[in-house]
This record gives sequence, structure tokens and C-alpha cells, in this order.
Amino acid sequence: MIEPASRESSQVKTKWGPFVVTFLTSFGLWLILSGKFDYFHMGLGLISCALVSIFSGDLLFPGGLPEGFLAKAVGFIAYLPWLLYQIFLANLHVLYLSLHPKMLEKINPQVIRFQSRLKSDISMVTFANSITLTPGTITLSVSVDGDFKVHAIDDKSAEGLAGEMEQRVARAFRED
Amino acid sequence: MVLNGVVMVLMFCGLVFFTGGGIGILRFPDFYTRLHPAGKLDTLGSLLMMTSVAIFNLHEITLSNALTSLKIMLIVVFVFISSPTATHAIMDAGVRAGLRPWEKGMPRG
Repeated sequence: MIEPASRESSQVKTKWGPFVVTFLTSFGLWLILSGKFDYFHMGLGLISCALVSIFSGDLLFPGGLPEGFLAKAVGFIAYLPWLLYQIFLANLHVLYLSLHPKMLEKINPQVIRFQSRLKSDISMVTFANSITLTPGTITLSVSVDGDFKVHAIDDKSAEGLAGEMEQRVARAFRED
Repeated sequence: MVLNGVVMVLMFCGLVFFTGGGIGILRFPDFYTRLHPAGKLDTLGSLLMMTSVAIFNLHEITLSNALTSLKIMLIVVFVFISSPTATHAIMDAGVRAGLRPWEKGMPRG
């Protein structure tokens, strides 16, 4: 008896969730970019954001919102400060390398392969982009089942690769 | 006064990272290693520069100034999304074309 109701609610979620999220995102951007808060401009924004969300809301989330969307969004935002800190540290490291007089002896470029335990698309994209953002490592390719190929510039950047960052991404997207 | 000091320090740090990136592009040995400073020292450099510009813009706190600063910070957000994607695309193009990565002991490419 419970099943039909829950299926119905999940249908409502898949139908309206992408629309609402796309609308809020685009309307927020509209407010910042237009900077005019009179009825005419806000009305134009409401109409155009609603139209765009109706026509292409499913582009952002094909197949509806993922389970526990809000918790994942909060987890992702909580992950950002740590990522910024890592970007800062790793930038200093690459700056040191590129200004070092004996740079050719310091670097040791290598291609590393490893298997990630992340499953969903969005967490793998976040992990791949985080790898590329922290200097010293660039993602070369990712396969569907989480097979990463990464180009690292020296041994130090190669070491800490599949460790803490992957755990944090997994925690952010509730996959551990 | 204090604000100007913060702006100057941030902008100087940004310039250091941009300069380091430029020098790195010239000094690293091959295509793949050159992309490391090219694609990424820029992200922190632009973060620092844009933050300093946004703070400088807030010398007088009004709604329109705050909106302009928000727009400047949006530039950073878009750079942080697009820069790794572009770097990965260029790297992938090199791999697909069959360019071999430089390894220790090889002559500079």
C-alpha cells in the first residue's frame, strides 16, 4: 500500500526537482547580473528563467535529481574550503618547481593508473576536476567504472593522489 | 588605508603566481609538463587578483558596488570550472595524437 504513494512522490520529485533547481540557479544569476530590482526587470527575469527551466531543466539533471540532493549539495559546499587550501599548497609547490634552478632533476613526470571506488558520475567529475585543479597532477582519462589515468609532475604530487581527496569526495557525496 | 594594503598584498601575490606560471611554461621540458603551470598557476593567480579587485571595488559599500564585486567573484567561479576542463582536453588531445610524455633523463623536447 505504501509503494504507490512513494512512487508518486518520487515521480513528482523527478518531474519538478530539476525545474526548481535550474530556475533558482538561473534566477539568482539573473539578479546578480542585471542588478535592477524593479518589477519590470524582475518580471522579465522570472518569465525568461521559467521558460529556460521548462525547456532545458532536464539538461542539468538527466534522469531527475539524485537521491538526497540537498545533503549532497551541502557536502559539496563543505568540501570546497579544503579544496581551496589544497590548491594553495600545491600551487606553491609547482611555483617552487618552476623557479628552481635545477628543475630538471627535481621533476619526474609519470603517468599513474589507479582504480577509484567512486560510483556516481558527479562524484567522479568532481574528483577528476579536483585532481586537475591541484597542480602537479592532471587527469588524462576516466573510464565509466572509475579507472583513472593521471599525469603527475613529480614523485611528491604522485604520492598523495588516491588517498585523502578521494575519501573527502566520497564523504561529500555520501558514498562511503 | 588598511584596505589598500590588503589589496596591494593580494595583487602582488597574484602577480607572483602569474609570473611563475609564465616562467614555468618556458622552462619545463615538454608539452605535458608545460601544461601544469599553464593551466593551474593561473587559477590561484586569478583568484588572488580578482579578490583584490573585488575588495578594491568595495571602498564605498553600496548595493551597486556589492553587485559589481559579486560579478567579479563569479569570473573566478567560471575560471575554476573551465580551466581544469580545458587543461584536461588539451592533455587528452596530446595523448590521442600519440605524443610520448617526457621522462627523466631524456633531452629537452
